[in-house]
Amino acid sequence: MNLTVSQAAFTKAIMTPTLDVPAGLRDAKGDPAGKRFSVYRNNVAVSLTEALIQAFPVIVKLLGNDNFRVLAGQFLRAHPPTSPLMMHYGEALPSFLQGFEPTQQYGYLPDIARLELAIRRSYHAADSAPLHPEALQALPPEKLMLATLEIAPATELISSQWPIFQIWQFNMAAGPKPKMRAEDVLITRPEFDPQNIVLPRCGGIFVQALIQQKIFGDALTAASTHNPEFDLSQTLAALLTGNAITGIKEG
Amino acid sequence: MNVPLQHPFRKLPSATGVGYKPQHFQAIMDNPAPVEWLEIHAENYMGQGGRPLAQLRALASKFAFSVHGVGLSIGSETDLDVDHLDRLKTLCDWLQPAQFSEHLAWSTHDSHFLNDLLPLPYTKDTLTLVANHVDQVQNHLGRTMLLENPSSYLAFAESTFEEYDFLDQITKRTGCGLLLDVNNVFVSATNLNYDPRAYIDAFPIDSVKEIHLGGHDEDEDSDGAPLLIDSHGREIVDPVWALYDYTIAKTGPVPTLIEWDTDVPDWTVLADEAMRADTILTQQSQVAAQ
Amino acid sequence: MSNTVKTLAVAGAVAAAMTAQMTTSAAAAGGEKCYGVSLAGANDCAAGPGTTCAGTSTVDYQGNAWKIVDAGTCVDMELPALADGTARMGSLEELDRDLPQS
Repeated sequence: MNLTVSQAAFTKAIMTPTLDVPAGLRDAKGDPAGKRFSVYRNNVAVSLTEALIQAFPVIVKLLGNDNFRVLAGQFLRAHPPTSPLMMHYGEALPSFLQGFEPTQQYGYLPDIARLELAIRRSYHAADSAPLHPEALQALPPEKLMLATLEIAPATELISSQWPIFQIWQFNMAAGPKPKMRAEDVLITRPEFDPQNIVLPRCGGIFVQALIQQKIFGDALTAASTHNPEFDLSQTLAALLTGNAITGIKEG
Repeated sequence: MNVPLQHPFRKLPSATGVGYKPQHFQAIMDNPAPVEWLEIHAENYMGQGGRPLAQLRALASKFAFSVHGVGLSIGSETDLDVDHLDRLKTLCDWLQPAQFSEHLAWSTHDSHFLNDLLPLPYTKDTLTLVANHVDQVQNHLGRTMLLENPSSYLAFAESTFEEYDFLDQITKRTGCGLLLDVNNVFVSATNLNYDPRAYIDAFPIDSVKEIHLGGHDEDEDSDGAPLLIDSHGREIVDPVWALYDYTIAKTGPVPTLIEWDTDVPDWTVLADEAMRADTILTQQSQVAAQ
Repeated sequence: MSNTVKTLAVAGAVAAAMTAQMTTSAAAAGGEKCYGVSLAGANDCAAGPGTTCAGTSTVDYQGNAWKIVDAGTCVDMELPALADGTARMGSLEELDRDLPQS
């Protein structure tokens, strides 16, 4: 019998509990290792499950802890981490939830997972010094219209057909029961802690255009075309409050 | 992270350190006694900015640091991840830690990271493999590293080396140092039924540049034999303290780390564990001075 | 809207944003439960998972069945319709286990 245990065989046996323990592994008496191999199966499955529980606190609350562990058990086998940076683990959860049969009637789950991923990206993003708001006001409006705004690396935008901000608030901040509407959530990091804020209607279009380095005037036109009542001042206030604007490049 | 942090710490003091947890930041800044140095898991500080790096920046002016990698997979059959080596270099070049260590284990296969320290057999082939990887790490980082003995839950029929001989060979081939985890010795010795003191006696003690202590859980295997799990989630047990005392009598004072990674307690509980290690270290320092 | 009118509106919006920014800095915070922490980092769930070099004695590697009873807050929220407007029907279904019992 070949007693060489390849790391491929070891890995496969860890991820597939129904497989036999690889031959060539021994316990203290020199007998086949048997259930001692389960320590590694446990370590991998439990540590990745715990990682997902920490990473997606809102999804955990929405599904309940036991059901989340079922989801995690399937997800971690379909999508083991592809990097040792556990801080970003779960990038594939939104698409996995899209096809996850037991929760199909909760169509907002993938977008909540996107929101939770974005909050973590924001937390670990590079630092940046905010633009002094006076600099924005000092620029004559006709020049501002041609300018490009530099956006902080910690800024994230998640647009959803679902009230994901309200769902987040309901679960994490004892907010009221969510009411059905589409929402654009802006995530900023004024210092070290990411903050969520829901943007006025079509604010997402405006912010997305800024992130894509479109000039201010074009971003405004894009938002106003979809919503003639677009609330620019509230959207700008959200960006300024979140220290999300780091510079102005005049066109 | 381009400009190296300026601080005076070139060497870990032969004193007690703890595995750093962000929730202890304020307590450590206010009153760290008896802790004199900190260890971080490298992979938790590979983000681009924010609080994790800001905390390190503040702490690095007051404490010597050890960077402890948990994801390099030095025991992999396949090539090391060069992107990950680059990330380690970026972190070390910035933080300027007094020491860098990794594990005699693997965790990545076929680009899948399994988030656990997995065992390898000790053979001529794996010796060459690990020595080559340690060489590569040391060349890439431009610094000497320490390699840590693992906790074992099972053994490989194909192994031809004792673990301490395997580690000794690695140090001779690469010039690396060793991180001796005394709790791991106790866990492995119990699980594989050998005498932990005999293991310490045979260990290449002159290469030991750091010691780890941590708590473990008790379980049993399907035959009712004791099975200890290296959980880092509770107090260090008395037999491990005794083994530490035994070890320190041989090594003399060595930087000693308290590891507590799951169910992390309040700072005072951790400081009490550090105090106990500090007492043993201080006694040995006095013996050594005589 | 002509460019001139738009430019004037922008000037007003920028001024209003400045005022709003001064007065709402704290009110915009998303939820102090997770994020309103000091540098101490207590309960810092935005940090996400960290690494481990430790094992666990928790036994959970076989995969378990979906439980209707433990359905969390999804069932409390009563969001009335799917995104395409169709009525929300049915209940959580028993999950086909991908892993048999040990």
